[in-house]
Amino acid sequence: MSLYMSTAPHVRSPQNTRSLMGDVLIALAPTTIAGIYFFGVSAAIVVALATASAILFEYLWQKLTHKTIRIGDLSAAVTGLLVGLNLPPTAPWWLPIIGSGLAIILVKQLFGGIGDNFVNPALAARGILLASWPVRMTAFVLPTCFSGADATTSATVLAGYEASYMDMFLGNIPGCIGEVCKAAILLGFLYMLVRGVITWRIPVTFLAVVFVFSAILGNDPLQAILCGGVMLGAVFMATDYTTSPMSAKGQFIYAAGCGIIVVIIRNFCNYPEGVTYAILVMNIVTPLLDKYVKPRLYGRLKEEKANG
Amino acid sequence: MAKKEKTVSSVFFNGILNENPTLRLVLGICPTLASTTSASNAVGMGLAATFVLVGSNVVISLLRNIIPDKIRIPAFVVIICTFVTLVEMLVKAFVPALYASLGMFIPLIVVNCIILARAEAFASKNGVLLSAADGLGMGAGFTLAITVIGIVRELLGNGSVFGLSLFGEGFEPMLLSIMAPGGFLVFGLVLGVANYFMNKAEKKKTEEKGVIRA
Amino acid sequence: MSGIAKVLLFMVNCVLTNNFIFSRYLGNCPFLGVSNKVETATGMGLAVTFVMGLASLFTYLIYTYILVPLGLSYLSTIVFILVIASLVQIVEMFIKKSSPSLYKALGIYLPLITTNCAVLGVCLLNIGSPITIGGEVLEFNLLYSVLNGIFGALGFLLAIVLMAGVRERLETSKIPDCLKGFSSSLIIAGLMSVAFMGFAGLGA
Repeated sequence: MSLYMSTAPHVRSPQNTRSLMGDVLIALAPTTIAGIYFFGVSAAIVVALATASAILFEYLWQKLTHKTIRIGDLSAAVTGLLVGLNLPPTAPWWLPIIGSGLAIILVKQLFGGIGDNFVNPALAARGILLASWPVRMTAFVLPTCFSGADATTSATVLAGYEASYMDMFLGNIPGCIGEVCKAAILLGFLYMLVRGVITWRIPVTFLAVVFVFSAILGNDPLQAILCGGVMLGAVFMATDYTTSPMSAKGQFIYAAGCGIIVVIIRNFCNYPEGVTYAILVMNIVTPLLDKYVKPRLYGRLKEEKANG
Repeated sequence: MAKKEKTVSSVFFNGILNENPTLRLVLGICPTLASTTSASNAVGMGLAATFVLVGSNVVISLLRNIIPDKIRIPAFVVIICTFVTLVEMLVKAFVPALYASLGMFIPLIVVNCIILARAEAFASKNGVLLSAADGLGMGAGFTLAITVIGIVRELLGNGSVFGLSLFGEGFEPMLLSIMAPGGFLVFGLVLGVANYFMNKAEKKKTEEKGVIRA
Repeated sequence: MSGIAKVLLFMVNCVLTNNFIFSRYLGNCPFLGVSNKVETATGMGLAVTFVMGLASLFTYLIYTYILVPLGLSYLSTIVFILVIASLVQIVEMFIKKSSPSLYKALGIYLPLITTNCAVLGVCLLNIGSPITIGGEVLEFNLLYSVLNGIFGALGFLLAIVLMAGVRERLETSKIPDCLKGFSSSLIIAGLMSVAFMGFAGLGA
């Protein structure tokens, strides 16, 4: 979720970054609160640790490399929060810290900081964590809703847990902290739409393609978009400015690619869920989409010049 | 370097430090990535490559005036390949465990660009003793560098070094480190750290020179 | 399973799951060395595809019909590398004569391919242990050896073109000095490899 592109038409100043990132944080608030409501104190600790350590890592890196301290632009907070929301509520304390460290330092700062990362930091970190500690990363539990009961281990809907559409929509299912409550995610989506932070193109195309392609393959299409991390990914991660295409046409192709890969991974690969990998792969394709799928008006003039 | 007289020891240490094939010239990326899943694999690959390097350097240096210039590359490849086949048989016979874990990366030493590069750049232009020293130095530099990478990857990914467990039972290793992406990431980071210190040393050198000039 | 389905699964497996770069560690020198521009990366990838397909064909034939009957399979490495080197030479001369424009596009990459370990690698894979495709064990025969060469190279082409796209985009980024060049390219490759891990199990 970072800005600072040096090329037109996305010129933005740090103040703008701060207000945009602030909006994203507000949009993420319902999701975070819902996650904490369903999974209790442990979820709150995971999210807090991830967010705080992301800000700390950003601060330390900028301090040690003698750069301007930019934690005030809130982009590290957004990245950290997303790392936390993408973890299971049972995660041990070191998992969110390592995750945020990887996201901020390896994926973002090593390439020059905000606006220079080529994949989404939170998702790349999640991909590394999932490969490194597969058991920890998939230790999902049933929601406890502060009932005081011990959390019961459970598979996710994608791995066989049965739930009603309403439970899936409201979030009363096992899963990562931020991915369970679709109602809260949609609320955040609406807020970002109203505030003009993102457009509808990527999330809607992404979800529509998952819906249709799942139906074609004989999966329950409604369940396909209501379970797993697809809604969280489509709204908050696939829309990252830095790692998604600039042109509208490019965004449609990008989002469709995400949707197709998610369904392919869910149906034909070893992992039960593929949102992380799908968005990462399309992040990698994004530079080519930006290069070859340009807005028509700009493109034509250049082509004519090149040909003439 | 060019102005200085080449001695056996200067040629040897050149391969370890200034022109370290892995960390300075960045040659032989594939074997580096493939063999560093553990420290002992890295040492095995390093020794095998060193054997081929020294052998091919010596033979090429001996034949350097006989091999016609036009077909020198194919001739070098045949010589290198002879030593690789030899090493492949030796490893298969005496260290079958290493052969199993390195697999086809042992025959692939043939296309390890370090070896052909040294044949072309050094052995075909220098005497036998110097060429042997160059092969040994380059081999040692390669072995040292990939062993360091192997140690880091094994430590992170398995909690051990040369198979010796370091952190006890409670440690949960970062499996990615010994999987395919881990090779790229750890090699890239080790290379970055090496660059950092080399840049620093060079800066210091130029600053000293500047002081003398001033 | 029908033949066509099997070939398709095999292709997907070669390109995405067992990608030469991201999971087999083959062909990294050109992958990192010739990937700063999308156009040159495409040229390199196409040249490699051409040579890998041909090399798979010839080395498989020589291995099965000459080396094995004569009991000379221990010479396979040396024979393969000579076949590849001469093949590259012949291809270069042939293209130069027949299609100057293609030569202009691919010519400079051809000599580099001899030492691309993906080419020798695929020839060795073709005579190695069988793989599983769609739940069935697949012994390499002539057809699958050639397909392995072509699809494996297409995986390389995909990887190098994506890499070049990312590197072009990062040209203006503020990468720290000590990470510039190979170091950051390796880290990019690592993160790309993480993304491709999602395809694990596809086609197997």
